[in-house]
Amino acid sequence: MSDTHAQTVAFVRQEMLPEQPPPASEQGVIKWMRQNLFDGWLNTLLTVLSLYFIYKIVAGAWPWFANGIWTTSSLAECRELLEGGVGACFSVLTERWNQLLFGFKYPPDQYWRPTLAFVLLLIAMAPVLFSKKFPRQMFIFTGLFPFIAFWLIWGGSLLTPLVALLGFVAGYVAFKKFEYQSFAMGMIAGLLATVIVWWLGGFITGAAPGFMALEAVPSRDLGGFMLNIILGTVCVSLSLPIGILLALGRQSDMIIIKWICVVFIEFIRGVPLITLLFVANVVLAYFLPPGTNFDLVLRVIIMITMFSSAYIAEVIRGGLAALPRGQYEAADSLGLDYAQSTRLIIMPQALKISIPGIVNVAVGLFKDTVLVSVISMFDLVGMIRGPILASTEWNGVYWELWGFAVLLFFVVCYGISQYSQWLERELATDHR
Amino acid sequence: MSTLSDPPSGSFQLSMLINDTRYRSYTFQFVALVLLVAAMAYLGWNLVQNLTAAGLNISYQFLGEPAGYDINQTLISYTSQSTHWRASLVGVLNTLLVAFLGCIMATIIGVVVGVLRLSNNWIVRKLTSFYVEIFRNVPVLIWILIIMAVFVAVLPQPRDFRGDNPEASMVLDAFAFTGRGFYSPAPIFGPGSGVVIAVFLASIVGIFAFRKHARKALFERGQLIPTFWPSVALFFIPAILAFFIMGRPIGLDYPELKGFNFQGGIFMRNSLIALWFALSIYTAAFIAENVRAGILAVSKGQTEAAASLGLRPNRIMNLVVLPQALRVIIPPLISHYLNLTKNSSLAIAVGYMDLTGTLGGITLNQTGRAIECVVLLMLFYLTISLSISALMNVYNNSVKLQER
Repeated sequence: MSDTHAQTVAFVRQEMLPEQPPPASEQGVIKWMRQNLFDGWLNTLLTVLSLYFIYKIVAGAWPWFANGIWTTSSLAECRELLEGGVGACFSVLTERWNQLLFGFKYPPDQYWRPTLAFVLLLIAMAPVLFSKKFPRQMFIFTGLFPFIAFWLIWGGSLLTPLVALLGFVAGYVAFKKFEYQSFAMGMIAGLLATVIVWWLGGFITGAAPGFMALEAVPSRDLGGFMLNIILGTVCVSLSLPIGILLALGRQSDMIIIKWICVVFIEFIRGVPLITLLFVANVVLAYFLPPGTNFDLVLRVIIMITMFSSAYIAEVIRGGLAALPRGQYEAADSLGLDYAQSTRLIIMPQALKISIPGIVNVAVGLFKDTVLVSVISMFDLVGMIRGPILASTEWNGVYWELWGFAVLLFFVVCYGISQYSQWLERELATDHR
Repeated sequence: MSTLSDPPSGSFQLSMLINDTRYRSYTFQFVALVLLVAAMAYLGWNLVQNLTAAGLNISYQFLGEPAGYDINQTLISYTSQSTHWRASLVGVLNTLLVAFLGCIMATIIGVVVGVLRLSNNWIVRKLTSFYVEIFRNVPVLIWILIIMAVFVAVLPQPRDFRGDNPEASMVLDAFAFTGRGFYSPAPIFGPGSGVVIAVFLASIVGIFAFRKHARKALFERGQLIPTFWPSVALFFIPAILAFFIMGRPIGLDYPELKGFNFQGGIFMRNSLIALWFALSIYTAAFIAENVRAGILAVSKGQTEAAASLGLRPNRIMNLVVLPQALRVIIPPLISHYLNLTKNSSLAIAVGYMDLTGTLGGITLNQTGRAIECVVLLMLFYLTISLSISALMNVYNNSVKLQER
């Protein structure tokens, strides 16, 4: 067969043809554009529309941005310099940046204190956020940070945060001493030790009010973006443990505890944050002992913490529910009691599953801190709407101020959400 | 064997309340209950003492007293002589109005953007993801205030419409977009218009009945009945016929410039428009992500399997992809609606008189009845969210996958 075949075929190619480059329309930029921009009439139309849209935006915003004036001291001077032309008046930012960031009452010569606290916050968060890249010893600093930050921002004697810290340390030591009896005994002993140390410490701080004292700043003087950051960090970090407890309570077999948690969570999630802020502003004082005068920032922190802990509880409950039943049973069969199995087996896995949700709640909460401007606190939005836009110099500067606010929030929130996506990839294990 | 795991039988001892896991939970619950009651009693005692010290009491009688303030956007008749109760009712309706409008617009924008985020077109993809990221990551309060500022600053004032050579003009001679708000023609219902509306409603019912019939025919007999054009025809033709047969009973009342302002037509105040707009585009950014996730959640194999059965693309979408995607999309969608409703309480920042503005704002400040007002306010929002989550549970149960 093959012989006859070979004789009948007139020509057999012996070597391969050299490779040809693909046609110009099928490679490089042109192919990419054809596939991505001009694939069919609908796509072409969309591309043209989008380009037109981008052109309109850029053509409108660029001269405004490029002609921006950074050095005047009022809007009227800006308008004089622009002589009727289009241009931004960024000098509101250069002139009022301190008010936007720190509020209008924080003493200017003390700005280094919140700034230092912010830098230390980054250092304290580093080992929490990137636990693999930083030594574990840095967690000690993270533990100390709240007390340092309190001292730096609010000022006053160093003894106050020091005594608070000592109370926690004493509580922890007592807990460790009694933990072998049972978890509950340890908790009770720890609480007792903390309270005793605080009570004793009250005398010491009362005796030496000037010990290493910074100039005291009352919390109604806090403001600007600093207030947003303080409220956000404090409330998120406080609401995490409370949220975990609420989630565990909601999953519990004990009917009364379960219902307390369910009612609390559903109530808080059912009302807007602004009504809770009204409570903090006008109602909460009625429920405190007569004569006490909590300051507004503390009341707001209490309400926002309650708010976010209800949301975090729901996220963590989702994580608990997603955990396979076998994990609970395995922990039981090892002979671990409830506290041990929860701490060692259940929570580490459940928290890992719920990280994206927790970060979502944190971002949402940080955004919601601007609502305090509605109850006339001067956070970033409150500063813009109140003292700055109402002043005679800057009445009418909208775009520059709001653009600055959008930029600040976008940088922070987008950064956090990118971090969460990175963490999710980092923690992803094939067996969950 | 069994003796090993049997609990030790013996008489009950007091120490078992702490040491025996069978009884310990009762101890804990008892302690929790006592603590809760004690906390409640403490707070209640403080409340009573504070109220007596301030000479106040808890009473809801102020709701029956005249409110004494004006509301600039109302759906029901209201004067400053109406009661606080009436003012709250106006507020409730305004809240529901902006929430309803916002949900519709957020859904439309969200679905369009969500689909566009999956487009093949690179530039559209980038543009829409930019939109989603910038709106999701900035507080909605800032967006509300920005849009309000834009409305006031950019749109012309009513006086710009006056004169022989006005700076601004009405769109189609019917719509006026001013910095104070939008004016549009209002329908006037003459005698006989009831018939037209009844016919229109009947034809909508007819469309649903027809579609149900077509679906039944497809599922039971495999018979394909076209539905799109008959539906369109049913929607328009009977109502238009009735309109002309009854002698054109429905007219339009156009807004006209009289004096310093427009008169007539429907007026939507700028605060309502700004709030509606801001809430919709903010929530739409979340809904877009939702829709995208829902469509991506339907595995490609489903589409391919449907195609290999010989279904055409639009039928694949309607019969295979959408029913599965909706199962993923709808529960978070409803919770976004809920968030939008709760966020509408930010109306107070732009002066739109929703419930937070009337009951929680002016009424509270005028009467000084903080506790009562805040309690009523919370009850209202709580009712809405609990009823919506009840609805959501019903829906979730109805679409739950029936597994073995």
